Amino acid sequence: MPWDRNQMAARAAEELEDGMYVNLGIGIPTLVANYVGDKDITLQSENGMLGMGPFPFEGEEDPDLINAGKQTITELSRTSYFDSATSFAMIRGGKIAAAILGAMEVDEKGDLANWMIPGKLVKGMGGAMDLVAGVGRVIVVMDHTNKHGDSKVLTECTLPLTGKGVVDRIITNLGVLDVVEGGLKIVELADGVSEDEMRVATQAKIVD
Amino acid sequence: MKKIYANATEALDGVLTDGMLIAAGGFGLCGIPELLLDAIKESGAQDLTFASNNAGVDDFGIGILLQTKQVKKMISSYVGENAEFMRQYLSGELELEFNPQGTLAERMRAGGAGIPGFYTKTGVGTVIAEGKEHKEFKGETYIMEEGIFADLAIVKAWKADDTGNLIFRKTARNFNVPAATCGKICVAEVEEIVPRGSLDPDAIHLPGIYVNRIIQGDHEKRIEQRTTRKKEDA
Repeated sequence: MPWDRNQMAARAAEELEDGMYVNLGIGIPTLVANYVGDKDITLQSENGMLGMGPFPFEGEEDPDLINAGKQTITELSRTSYFDSATSFAMIRGGKIAAAILGAMEVDEKGDLANWMIPGKLVKGMGGAMDLVAGVGRVIVVMDHTNKHGDSKVLTECTLPLTGKGVVDRIITNLGVLDVVEGGLKIVELADGVSEDEMRVATQAKIVD
Repeated sequence: MKKIYANATEALDGVLTDGMLIAAGGFGLCGIPELLLDAIKESGAQDLTFASNNAGVDDFGIGILLQTKQVKKMISSYVGENAEFMRQYLSGELELEFNPQGTLAERMRAGGAGIPGFYTKTGVGTVIAEGKEHKEFKGETYIMEEGIFADLAIVKAWKADDTGNLIFRKTARNFNVPAATCGKICVAEVEEIVPRGSLDPDAIHLPGIYVNRIIQGDHEKRIEQRTTRKKEDA
């Protein structure tokens, strides 16, 4: 059985180590916070916060306290606030150990596309281009194929890029792949997923 | 040096001109200069360019100036959540320059710091890099981005003293600091103007040197995405 959203998030959480400062994207990556367990992880929100806490209790929402997805959140005892220039200085400066992001397409060279589909409404890249260019490690979490069954793990991205050669690891419903010299390397298969199934669903070159 | 004005309209008197570049603070609807945006709408100033991370929603924030077609161009990183924006953009009435969020923040910071350009890795190999100078440093490719020198900055803070020292609250600080610094003139709206000496000098987020005019007023502070959890989940 391929992994579901929560299992993918749980697998992504295994990538995080004690003491890391981490930025989580919107969607499945947000769920990763539920699986960090006892690890000492500090979440960054690029609108200007380190130490992002959970959603507030009803009635305790604060309009001055939101995350990068514009959702109301809370602070923790470790929290610090700063302005947007400082926030992206720490991102560009490599101080954030990892970003876990969703994607529309990833390719065998580590190129990532997750902000724009030509011909559809373009909302903007937000902080995604800065994150993938700046953080220590970029981990993509996404479904292996789109709703038509086509592979999202490609030889070459077809959509406008968010970053070139930026992805380190891809976690999908079928398993885990690393971007290595010459292509992608299978690191792990989801329970019950065969290597053949992984290869068939992957357009990118798989190397040993 | 009198910086305190009675209201937003008076604070913008003699400052607004058609076609000007305005840097605005705020992220989404959080920490936006809502009173000054209302006053700009009333002023009828035309053909404005806004450097602002977002464009508000249809009836709040910069969105209200889109309804009256006072905006010619937006320099932003993300413009979802705004139907009128999309309509004007797709019909060609509104220009849009996408900047990666960190590049936009740094362009403002640089402008305010007297730095006309800087190199960044953000956007290399993407459409953002097209037409920009590329340069290698230690084997890595970077692109040049230009500082933003705005005619006017409008920002929202939590508290000010009469000298313009500002403090912000939580994540409402966001773009307000870099935006404030990059304007030839900066007008700040705050929730409370406090007596000189009552703000801790060690805790000032933006020194008053950057702030020319201040108003105090009531803020709606609208929430864009109200997300909560139940007590029993805790």
